[in-house]
Amino acid sequence: MLYPLTEEQEMIREVARKIAEERIVPVRAELDEKEEFPRDILKEMAQADLFGIFIPEEYGGLGFGSFENCLAVEQIAWGCAGVATAFAASGLGAYPIVLFGNEEQKKKYLPQIASGERLAAFGLTEPDAGSDASAIKTTAVKDGDYYILNGTKQWITNAAEADIYTIIALTDKKKGARGASAFIVEKGDPGFSFGKKEKKMGIRASTTGELILEDCRIPKNRLIAREGMGYIIALKTLDYARPGVGALAVGLAQAALDEAVKYAKQRKQFGQPIINFQAVAHMLADMATQIEAARALTYTVCRYIDTKPKDFSKYAAMVKLFASDMAMKVTTDAVQVLGGCGYMKDFPVEKMMRDAKILQIYEGTNQIQRNVIARELSKEYK
Amino acid sequence: MKYIVCLKQVPETDKVKINPQTGTLIREGVKSIINPYDLYALEAALRMKDAYGGEIVVVSMGPPQAEEALREAIAYGADEAILLSDRAFAGADTLATSYTLAQAIKKIGDYDIVFCGKQAIDGDTAQVGPELAFRLGIPYATYVYKLEIRDGVLFVERNLDDGTQVLKLSLPALVTIVKEVGEIRVPSIRGKMRAKKAQISVWGGAEIEADPSKLGLNGSPTRVAEIFSPPPRGEKIILTGKPEECVKQLCEKLKEVIL
Ligand SMILES: Cc1cc2nc3c(=O)[nH]c(=O)nc-3n(C[C@H](O)[C@H](O)[C@H](O)COP(=O)(O)OP(=O)(O)OC[C@H]3O[C@@H](n4cnc5c(N)ncnc54)[C@H](O)[C@@H]3O)c2cc1C
Repeated sequence: MLYPLTEEQEMIREVARKIAEERIVPVRAELDEKEEFPRDILKEMAQADLFGIFIPEEYGGLGFGSFENCLAVEQIAWGCAGVATAFAASGLGAYPIVLFGNEEQKKKYLPQIASGERLAAFGLTEPDAGSDASAIKTTAVKDGDYYILNGTKQWITNAAEADIYTIIALTDKKKGARGASAFIVEKGDPGFSFGKKEKKMGIRASTTGELILEDCRIPKNRLIAREGMGYIIALKTLDYARPGVGALAVGLAQAALDEAVKYAKQRKQFGQPIINFQAVAHMLADMATQIEAARALTYTVCRYIDTKPKDFSKYAAMVKLFASDMAMKVTTDAVQVLGGCGYMKDFPVEKMMRDAKILQIYEGTNQIQRNVIARELSKEYK
Repeated sequence: MKYIVCLKQVPETDKVKINPQTGTLIREGVKSIINPYDLYALEAALRMKDAYGGEIVVVSMGPPQAEEALREAIAYGADEAILLSDRAFAGADTLATSYTLAQAIKKIGDYDIVFCGKQAIDGDTAQVGPELAFRLGIPYATYVYKLEIRDGVLFVERNLDDGTQVLKLSLPALVTIVKEVGEIRVPSIRGKMRAKKAQISVWGGAEIEADPSKLGLNGSPTRVAEIFSPPPRGEKIILTGKPEECVKQLCEKLKEVIL
């Protein structure tokens, strides 16, 4: 076996694959077309324990790590990158609590997230703060036993669908990024509402929307860690989440390759299957090779993260960068292999190509990943 | 509540061939699966457990390798599994099978609902469920797809050729389940981990205090005289096109046949 798995890892892979094959693939085109949130599928995934993979056992999870979570994300993304995004975004929302939450917060929120009973989301981006997360304007002002939050978060995955939101806001405007803090905001908190749901090119089964905080009043024990820790929490969260984007890219690209090879063997032109033409065959060979390289990088970095290293930003950025660029290329080539059929909605690869694009943008654009990698290099070669 | 689910390991029949000389199934190299209707029975029991709580015991009569099917049932969410395995059980027809299962279920005791699939896809008799209910002396309903308990009474909906029937059964009761019960869930990761480690009890004739003359081949009055494929049904024609044209074509064809 190229990637030896333990029996338990194999089980996780199998469960996720079964859900992808039986529950996701048959409905993915419809979810995409209708921009419909996959409630029932997420429920099934919850019932199968997928939401708790990386959450410690004492908080209702399975107590596995990044690697096992990525095995699940990869298979779900093989079924649909939109569903995988909704799933992975709940993990993104959970990481700040897993990594920095206090005992009380972990006890309260993690079991609900692990069981999939409540979805989570992560709110950092704002209209004027995308790549430059330090430019956020949302504020949190302490008022006795409460914090009062004001501001708007934009393009938040699982907005309105999730129940638990980890939100980054400024507790000290003067200090910029050092004045940011992380908070847990719950659906139903006074002054917390949702704005418009975006219409998107791809991953249309996932919801992207606005969080509106208008004098949103939350108890002060919703602060994660300490005031001023918000930016560090956000960056660490993204470090942990980025390999998940890598896994998503690998699963999506694998699905595109599967379709392309199947088609190339069966489609005949000039009296023979098109896979007999070297131009097509070599494209397939390159796709397969690139996928394997991305998978190897993703798995290696995930396994490294699970050894709990102090800093792995560079590697997390490499996975996200390499795998998402790979997925964009592989899905584009899959459309090419299918020719006109590849461009039609009757075949799944056009959706895969639309879905792939977001992977180069969210959780930090690929330009930003390169910045992160280059910054680390510059430090290393001092 | 205590639910008992009877399940059988069967060959994947769409892949099985019949030996024309002996008239028996050629089982070599064919994968064994849980009888699909029994999986629906298990799903029905899991839904009852979700709704009313309780525990699920799965029982299977079969060779030692049927243990695999029982582990799979645990992965789906069953709590306990018992394998009924003994050389003396071999060659059982439905009468001997229902006797063996009944003895085991009496030993388990204290149950509220027994679930069976509507039939097994290898034998296709649909007899074991009703026979088992008779042996246990409890009411039963076949072809059930919906169950509900109200004030300690079981209400079921069952599929009939010409409609739906709602029945009221006192507990304990037995039901045989059809696929309309709903989609079978995906086994959970925790379930699979539990299944791997689970202790599966094996009961033979002695454990279930069975009368040896009623077991296996000894207890089976049925003998298979011959197995053969039914003669082909004659040519099938599918008419395509607009409804009006199809009707016209159909009339022509009928005229040809009748006149
Ligand atoms: C579908 C979707 C889901 C999302 N989900 C979430 C979520 O759940 N939570 C959340 O907080 N955010 C989320 N986002 C926001 C996402 O992370 C941002 O869109 C992303 O970080 C980029 O920010 P921006 O769109 O404002 O682009 P900009 O920052 O405006 O960038 C525009 C272009 O300029 C480039 N650029 C900017 N600065 C630099 C630089 N210093 N060096 C080189 N190039 C640069 C970028 O790479 C990009 O090509 C989501 C976005 C989308 C589209």
